[in-house]
Amino acid sequence: MKYTFRGGYHPPDGKSFSEKMPIDKMPAPKIAAIHLHQHIGAPSKAIVAVGDDVKVGQPLSEAGGFVSVPVHASVSGKVKAIAKVADAAGVKSDAVIIESDGKDEFFEGVGVKTDYSNFSADEIKKKISAAGIAGMGGARFPTHVKLSPPAEKKIDYIILNGVECEPYLTADDRLMQESPETIIEGMKLMMKVVNAANGIIGIEKNKPDSIRIMKEKTASEKNMKVIELEVKYPQGGEKQLIVAAIGKEVPSGGLPMDVGVVVSNVGTANAVYEAVALNKPFYERVVSVTGESIKDPKNVLARIGTPTTELIEYAGGVKEDVYKIINGGPMMGAAMYALDAPVHKGTSGILCLSRENAAVYEEQPCISCSKCVSVCPSRLLPTDIQLNVQHKRYEEAEKLGIMDCILCGTCAYVCPAKRNLVHYYNIGRAKIAEMKKKK
Amino acid sequence: MDKMLIVSANPHIRDKSSIAKIMHTVNLSLLPAVFAAYWFFGVRAIFLILVAVVSCVLTEAAIQKFRKIPVTVSDGSAILTGLLLGLNMPGNVPWWIVMLGSFFAIAIGKQAFGGLGFNIFNPALIGRAFMVASWPVEMTSNAFWTQPKTGLSMEAVSSATPLNMVKSALGSDPSLKTVDIIRDAEISYLDLFLGNVSGCVGETSFLALLIGVIILIAFGYVNWRVPVIYVGSVFVLTWIAGYDPVFHILAGGLAIGAFYMATDMVTSPVSNKGNIIFALGLGFLTFAIRIWGGYPEGVSYSILLMNCTVPIINKFTVPKKFGFVQTKKA
Repeated sequence: MKYTFRGGYHPPDGKSFSEKMPIDKMPAPKIAAIHLHQHIGAPSKAIVAVGDDVKVGQPLSEAGGFVSVPVHASVSGKVKAIAKVADAAGVKSDAVIIESDGKDEFFEGVGVKTDYSNFSADEIKKKISAAGIAGMGGARFPTHVKLSPPAEKKIDYIILNGVECEPYLTADDRLMQESPETIIEGMKLMMKVVNAANGIIGIEKNKPDSIRIMKEKTASEKNMKVIELEVKYPQGGEKQLIVAAIGKEVPSGGLPMDVGVVVSNVGTANAVYEAVALNKPFYERVVSVTGESIKDPKNVLARIGTPTTELIEYAGGVKEDVYKIINGGPMMGAAMYALDAPVHKGTSGILCLSRENAAVYEEQPCISCSKCVSVCPSRLLPTDIQLNVQHKRYEEAEKLGIMDCILCGTCAYVCPAKRNLVHYYNIGRAKIAEMKKKK
Repeated sequence: MDKMLIVSANPHIRDKSSIAKIMHTVNLSLLPAVFAAYWFFGVRAIFLILVAVVSCVLTEAAIQKFRKIPVTVSDGSAILTGLLLGLNMPGNVPWWIVMLGSFFAIAIGKQAFGGLGFNIFNPALIGRAFMVASWPVEMTSNAFWTQPKTGLSMEAVSSATPLNMVKSALGSDPSLKTVDIIRDAEISYLDLFLGNVSGCVGETSFLALLIGVIILIAFGYVNWRVPVIYVGSVFVLTWIAGYDPVFHILAGGLAIGAFYMATDMVTSPVSNKGNIIFALGLGFLTFAIRIWGGYPEGVSYSILLMNCTVPIINKFTVPKKFGFVQTKKA
């Protein structure tokens, strides 16, 4: 059986730069800037003040609502300031800035092994939310919320996303090879929380080592399987993964729970394990620092709040031909405005691309070649939506399904006229949201 | 780092495709047809094709200069219009008519609509329709069609096209069989397939055009559904109606029309379903004009008529979006 979805396209994957590089634990930065809002939902509220001493893993804030999670200190030292700091997209928001004392001391209880075998579902969920876990695949949705479906929604499957279909990125691939047991334990914990009978781990076929290791480690688990997915972007999109794994389409405007599924990134599963079993909050993550324009591509275990510049230096610095630096993958990541933007819970990669690969093109007129139509995983008419936005016909764009677009960028990737389709979708969606607010 | 970096919307990587690459590939895929035109209709065919190409390119450049917009003739689309127009000329048509037709194709058929990507009709066919309407004698009368292999100089022996022959013979005696008419004229299916018959210089060789379109399908520049369904529906309809289906798909401009004109990206629908409807419409119209109409040939008008329906076809063939389809239970 072939596990895949309709549409999509396989760009050259660029994984060779960093796929063989073991996860490298980077020393703590001297200064860490930890944003209070680095998840989808309400910002968290600071509970520390300037001048406070903090230790690694200490909560710096409390959740600002149900759909919210706290953040934790990633270094030990003194809170220097709580100030506006620009994120990768150049948007400024409040961050706790900690000056490290270099001691790297743990907060009380952090890292202490706990016997979790008798934990109830609620206890596990509490641990997950207290640890500040938000989806590590990039969308950064608080994990405990995903694991709290309404009573009438029966969850049959936990699907772990180890697809990593974005070119260049290898963080999940390495994590699956280096700590498969903790990922599987994390999945078991999530299955327990939502009482799901089955676990599926989806991995693209271009990661044979991860597939082999995960298969070995799940061989004795009757209710778990590893599926080998066809190599095609955006296979790692939540809805594309679900349809490939169990053949069900999440209804438009719906959530995976509507088809009885909770999807979680493999990194998130690892974080869930660490939160529950080791009492370790989410203060560090694996980041691929890669691309053809970085000297020494690496997979780095970096503290949240580490400035991007330090990650780049740790990977040997940029080469002469660097043209664009991207936070995330090349298809959906954000080009960085400010290089001192700190690592977030959703930062899966820092890419340094050359002009040859990341060239910016002049837009040409659409010749209706319909290439975008054939690759759109949401089966939309990308060119029609784009033209409607360009001519400010937002209602028409909405009718054509602009809100069903997952912004994967496959249409723009294949467009021979080099039209900046995603750029227009962003504008259109923002305008439509604005119009709805006014009503 | 003091270097300025680029910031733009995702995706940050793009494939190597471009409009120019598509157009030049289509142009190159016409080389077999250009060679066939030379082989059967001689130097004069090449001369007509050159007149068309140069006129199209100059017209496009002049209009863009005049409108003070970037000159985009290097994208190859004007060359393509010129090639298709030149290949669609009778062998003995005066060169200045070709020049004026090319001017009309680009100026009215393409630039008046806003240039590449905005035209509703295939520009080469607009040019051809203009020429047929303005110079009907030179464009359609038997005196200007040439016998293959007789025009290796600038003059050639005139001869009726197979479609003309069959149409007029059937007009005088409806009981005749197409097979007998072409046999009497010493035309075999092989002649029709290779292009060794009278007709527009580049339309007669089914083989040369077939090679070209196979290349384009392999590159993904042509949706195979359009040529296959168009040719297939002409075959089936003429067969059902009791005519010779093989003759009807090999003769006349069906090959160049189905392979190169109907598949023009700009003027055909976007979805597969839309393209199927489009191709079926083309097949029916070509059949209707050839069999019931006053003209022996119906390909160019069929395509122009179906071009008008593309917006409405697109409107009614919007694909079902993800998440709106009932899927199978796992």
